[in-house]
Amino acid sequence: MSMPFYVAPEQLMKDKADFARKGIARGRSLLATVCDVGILICAENSSATLHKIGEIYDRIAFAGVGKYNEFDQLRQAGVRNADVKGFQFSREDVNAQSLASWYGQVINQIFTHDMKPLEVEILIAEVGSGGPDALYHILYDGTILDEAQSTVLGGDSEAIAARMDESFTEGWDVAGALKAAVAALSGPERSIPAADLEVALLERDSERRSFRRLGDDEVTSLLA
Amino acid sequence: MPLPPFPTTDDPGPNFGELLRRVLGERAVPTANARDFVDTHATTISAVRYADGVIMAGDRRATAGSTIAQRTVEKVHPADRHSGVAIAGSAGFGLDMIKMFQLQLEHYEKLEGSPLSLEGKANYLATMVREHLGLAFQGFVVVPLFAGYDLKRQRGRIFTYDPTGGRYEEAEFHADGSGGRDARTVLKLGYTEGMAREAAIELAVQALYEAADEDSATGGPDVVRGIYPTVATITNAGFERVGEAEVAERFGALITRKTEEGHVR
Repeated sequence: MSMPFYVAPEQLMKDKADFARKGIARGRSLLATVCDVGILICAENSSATLHKIGEIYDRIAFAGVGKYNEFDQLRQAGVRNADVKGFQFSREDVNAQSLASWYGQVINQIFTHDMKPLEVEILIAEVGSGGPDALYHILYDGTILDEAQSTVLGGDSEAIAARMDESFTEGWDVAGALKAAVAALSGPERSIPAADLEVALLERDSERRSFRRLGDDEVTSLLA
Repeated sequence: MPLPPFPTTDDPGPNFGELLRRVLGERAVPTANARDFVDTHATTISAVRYADGVIMAGDRRATAGSTIAQRTVEKVHPADRHSGVAIAGSAGFGLDMIKMFQLQLEHYEKLEGSPLSLEGKANYLATMVREHLGLAFQGFVVVPLFAGYDLKRQRGRIFTYDPTGGRYEEAEFHADGSGGRDARTVLKLGYTEGMAREAAIELAVQALYEAADEDSATGGPDVVRGIYPTVATITNAGFERVGEAEVAERFGALITRKTEEGHVR
């Protein structure tokens, strides 16, 4: 009879985390920042149809980096969760904080119990109506980070975040925020064409559905 | 809700109704006899095609038997950005159907990343009416009217339904509900192809006025309370309600004209 190998829990968790981090680092990064009209989310994405950013509910957006099929499945589950909750109770009762902790639990469950952890990092952004804006950055193991101004998801996030923090100004406009975001994502050595950017806004003054995608033309004119 | 919430081979997809059945279980269907109580009824609704798209209009009255149950009911609602839905018949079930329909369209759009085609929306509404057939047999008939701007074909389109879920496309105009027949006659006499926005609103307003004149369950303009029928336009730019002031002005002009003519037919 063969005995299963003993692996220390510390080692197991570390291996899983390393695996997830490696997967996430392979993809391009994504950045979200608060600006005057709401929340701007900007991702480097060469595909025009496989979106990294999506709408969850009236004032809530989703963004993910890493493995597309994994974060897209999380996005769909989030839409379902929010739509069912809004149907059962009221549209006002759907909020990012509860959604983020639900995501944290789901992702943590997979990280601890499944063979393969999710190779994703996700963002739940909520533009406040009267209240404050919220940016919840959720890691591959379910850890939730609550950010105030801006947050970066994906590989090389520290360098990008450092560049972003340097240029961040309270209450800046969309054009300014987008220029800084693209500069932070690309770094000093290269530039990203508008066609390789995926940009979306959560607009504070919207009546109901505040999520809006910005087309290439609009992005180009904002960056000009 | 665990994740993945459904096995990939058994996923409800973008169907919100199916998702609710899975998550919340089957909704209880009442088995009451319609004669046990008086059901609240919503009445006249109409849609007219015009140059830029479609106009939808509906009165504001709900009746329960011969009493007025509500003076401010909204029967015309946006279904999504480029379509509108109105209901005639059992008010409670009708409004619930509208809510479910709106949620379905939004749910689909979010999950799939793009909205359903106008035809797809019309077909989905037909299945909702069909699913309601059991309740229709018990007396709770709901007849929706669906209209929208078809972004692909660049024109307004109108879809009508019968209580069994039959779906029919109307080329020019339609009206449903207890005053629908009277409204249709007015629309039939006044309709011309490619009307301007103002002319189309005028016609819709006139149709509702005449329907209210003939049908006790249809509410006319309530000048005392300042309650006027709902009028909305659906164009390339989307669903937009015509402002209360503009609707009031149209009815005001119509009443003045009729008074000046001196003989109301």
